[in-house]
Amino acid sequence: MLTAIDFLIVSSLLFSLGVVGIIINRKNVIVLLMCIELILLAVNTNFITFARFLGDTGGEIFVFFILTVAAAEAAIGLAILVVLYRARNSINVQDLNLLQG
Amino acid sequence: MPVEKVIFYCFAALMLFAAFMVITSRHPVRAVLFLVLSFISASALWLLLEAEFLAIILVLVYVGAVMVLFLFVVMMLNMNTAPLKEGFSRYLPLGILIGVLFAGQVIWLLLDNQALLPEWRSLQRHAADYNNTEILGRALYSDYLYPFEIAGVILLVAIVAAIALTFRGTKSSRKQNISEQVKVTKADRLRIIKD
Repeated sequence: MLTAIDFLIVSSLLFSLGVVGIIINRKNVIVLLMCIELILLAVNTNFITFARFLGDTGGEIFVFFILTVAAAEAAIGLAILVVLYRARNSINVQDLNLLQG
Repeated sequence: MPVEKVIFYCFAALMLFAAFMVITSRHPVRAVLFLVLSFISASALWLLLEAEFLAIILVLVYVGAVMVLFLFVVMMLNMNTAPLKEGFSRYLPLGILIGVLFAGQVIWLLLDNQALLPEWRSLQRHAADYNNTEILGRALYSDYLYPFEIAGVILLVAIVAAIALTFRGTKSSRKQNISEQVKVTKADRLRIIKD
């Protein structure tokens, strides 16, 4: 039989892969956004696991809202990225030093 | 080994492999495609947890809309990927260290406290007439009605923000500029040639 620990271990591994991705791909904004998506996926899996094993629907409702907010975040993030590429002709994080003064 | 465990391990391994390829692949298009694979395997795991509605939503909305948006943006921006990878090997040891530390800590904590959670030991299947969509819908339209409406507002704000950010105006449209029309003076329109 599957236990909650199996799902929790898999989602924690996925979360740490997302964190590692943010650390090693710190130049590329698109890959950073994708790593945030991975982290959100891990969090959602965790929520569903707890909702299922505790028998509480609230966790699944929360996943619904996280999906909504993540979709909005991805849309606005990609729009900012497109504007950034038009202005700077690059998406390198290192080029984004306008606010450094 | 029961068939559920086989399915679980297959899809969990596929998901972790795809996530690994997302963070290490050289080209962003390949990374997006592996991200899609990761989402689809995650939705199989959610199906195993009997969250059918959310699994379908993940495939339809997330893979079908958000990931396609990612793919469009990646293909639209003609970027040079070579300088974007230059810090990769420098930060790799730090990344592996933090990842191993984090994952090891969480897994150690989970395995150590496994005995505290006896009611979570094994997954009891729901009855055959269990309807996940109906239960979610009932909760969403009764207890979570106001958060649901706020979620709609958030989506509207996202639409407005994305369009306002990327819209550059149409060049071919012929429209009036009222403030310039009001501010016009006689000298702008007439050139008086004195004899």
